[in-house]
Amino acid sequence: MISFEIPERITNELQMAKMVAESVMRQYSRYYDEHEHERPSEYINMMWPVMREQYRRRTEKLQQNGNGSAPKREGPDFSILRLILMIEMLSWGDAGQYLCTPDPALGGAALEAVGTKEQKIRILGKFGQGEPKWGAMAMTEPGAGSDTSNIRTTAALDPETNEWVLNGEKIFCTNGGLALDESDGFVVVWATVDPSAGRSGMKSFIVEAKTPGVSVTKKEHKLGIRVSDTVAIVFNDARIPYDNILGSPEVIKRDGSTKGFKGAMATFDASRPAVAASAMGICRAALEFTRDKLAEEGIVVDYTKPKHQMTAVERDLLEMEARHKSAWLLTLRSAVLMAHGQPNRLEASMCKARAGETVTWVTQKAVELLGPLGYTREWLTEKWMRDAKINDIYEGTKQINTLIVARSILGYSRRELK
Amino acid sequence: MINFELDQEQKMLTDAIGRLAQERVRKVFRDADEEGVLPPDVVKAGWEIGVLPTSIPEAYGGFGDYSVMTGALAAEAFAWGDLATTLHVMTPNLVAIPLMLAGTEAQKEAHLPLFCEESLPKVTAALTEPVIQFDPRALKTTAVLENDTYILNGTKSFVPLAEDAETFLIYANENGQTQAFFVPRGADGLEVCAREKLMGVRALPTFQVKLDHVRISTVNKLGGNEGINFGRILNHSRVALGALAVGMAKAAFEYARDYAKERVQFGEPIAHRQSIAFMLAEMAMDIDAARLLVWETAWQLDQGQDATQSAAVMKYYVDDMVMSVCDRALQTLGGYGYIREYPVELWLRNARAFATFDGMAIV
Repeated sequence: MISFEIPERITNELQMAKMVAESVMRQYSRYYDEHEHERPSEYINMMWPVMREQYRRRTEKLQQNGNGSAPKREGPDFSILRLILMIEMLSWGDAGQYLCTPDPALGGAALEAVGTKEQKIRILGKFGQGEPKWGAMAMTEPGAGSDTSNIRTTAALDPETNEWVLNGEKIFCTNGGLALDESDGFVVVWATVDPSAGRSGMKSFIVEAKTPGVSVTKKEHKLGIRVSDTVAIVFNDARIPYDNILGSPEVIKRDGSTKGFKGAMATFDASRPAVAASAMGICRAALEFTRDKLAEEGIVVDYTKPKHQMTAVERDLLEMEARHKSAWLLTLRSAVLMAHGQPNRLEASMCKARAGETVTWVTQKAVELLGPLGYTREWLTEKWMRDAKINDIYEGTKQINTLIVARSILGYSRRELK
Repeated sequence: MINFELDQEQKMLTDAIGRLAQERVRKVFRDADEEGVLPPDVVKAGWEIGVLPTSIPEAYGGFGDYSVMTGALAAEAFAWGDLATTLHVMTPNLVAIPLMLAGTEAQKEAHLPLFCEESLPKVTAALTEPVIQFDPRALKTTAVLENDTYILNGTKSFVPLAEDAETFLIYANENGQTQAFFVPRGADGLEVCAREKLMGVRALPTFQVKLDHVRISTVNKLGGNEGINFGRILNHSRVALGALAVGMAKAAFEYARDYAKERVQFGEPIAHRQSIAFMLAEMAMDIDAARLLVWETAWQLDQGQDATQSAAVMKYYVDDMVMSVCDRALQTLGGYGYIREYPVELWLRNARAFATFDGMAIV
């Protein structure tokens, strides 16, 4: 039965998120944009007790539950939908501060996807107590952007100590600084246990804060989302316990499985809708602001008017709205499919490609329509335009996601469609 | 709760329409466009699927309930087969749906059973006018009340199947409001003019209709004294048009996709090239997004919500989507796309109609 009804429990939670967005995030939006890398304590302090309680309960459940995986339940699981809607609302507040939410983030997504019960209790348990903490994921390298199979960071097993020894360099790691330097957090690091094995040698590892041989070497200065840190991490004979590998350590060569790599790709099924949702939050912020400012000037779209009778500005507004809504519904669909236990890889790439492109266009249009005022740093429109662009890039550029969509609709392999 | 899956009845209905579209409609639609006429047996088979009667309540002789969503799903499945055929079979909807939405009890009782019969009811509706700046909210056709009689004057265009129609639902401007009036075939001053020559949907006969001091009783006004809320009917119409556009765009996309996988140049299928593959990927995303927009508006209407804003936003997106998808489908075929042996140029001609049809009261 086709329905667009959001569970009431979630709409209530969204009202609370909206209050945080309005009363905290928006208030400090400009300040943290102009004070790059300064820690947004107001937002973090507000969110940490909520996140801590959430992870305390999660850990408790894991300890009670037999196998550590989420209990099988009847009917849909709307937690992913809740997450998507929360991300949208918090990003409507401020996308940069949202990224600083003290939680396991993408590292947590990888852990939840393939981790053992013991690993989850050990790592997620830390988020249920004490001071704020962050998780992160380190995949990109100077020579491995979209081509993640080209990762050169190595993990070698030292049989004497039964430890993995990591060597290499990761870049563009979101929240890597918060996770490793500024809290007792962790990073999930992708490395190869056998460089000759290609994709099947790819494994992921939990690297905790304060691990010797791990150093954050650079904080990038960025166009937007300036409050969020994007770092380079160097691994120099960094030793981690054997048990910190996520998934099976076994390498099955060439003809065999590429399970480790597929684990990484499975993370994207959830993380791409999440990025799309963040994009849509910024997009809605820019759209609403533009609409309000134009309304103050007496420019209001009459939705019953034929298109040919509208002014150019009215058409622009309608187009912003149409593009926003189309990308948002694609995002919603990818989350709803997941909630109903259906595959969503194609839909996740569709929404990510569209959301990144749409928020980029809509925010640029907002700056244009608001004229000289839109360009000033008095208003947030120019900031939203700078924040927006990252969504067209991370978790797979628009082009990579379009490639995934193209292969899927044509039934082509990587070889047939490069 | 939120879900994007069809229910069992909807699946059965769309499957049945899909089979008819594949096995019958697609066999004849190309020739029908050339000849300007549909085989009567295909129209008959289309009507016999029973989309309209299943949306009319039992009290009025039907066997179902009105659902905007189910109507939209049916329209998409049908239009995948052919737009002209769909518009032909759906012409009775132009009268039945406004009747269900806005008719008085007496009007429903009098007219709705007609739509539950075995053969296509001979009715049509006239909204569009032959003007450049057409605005369905400010019609040039007028209805003036004089001593318990309405006098209608004006010219209508795009009136489908008018040649055989026995009842017309004529939209006219009464004191600045768009209202609708039942006019019987034999009314003095009603003239069905020559068949129109259109760019697309050429298998669907449409006509200009002239009204010269046509006098009708006040009971013929849809909705009685209160009349109709035209905006509400317009929103329903926009959902139907949106769904039709999605169905046709899907047809064009699938054709181009399959062609691109077959057509070999430089030693491999052209779909192996990103310039073609990415174009197809964009088309797929456009279509999926458009469908979700149509569904959202349909759902809001079924919930009894005011969907004016959603309907306008959706229409804006869909009009552009269907045009650009069909254009890119043609582009994928290159020179062959321009040849009438292939169906893509037909879809492109049809696609242009959607922006023009805004407000055409097709539901």
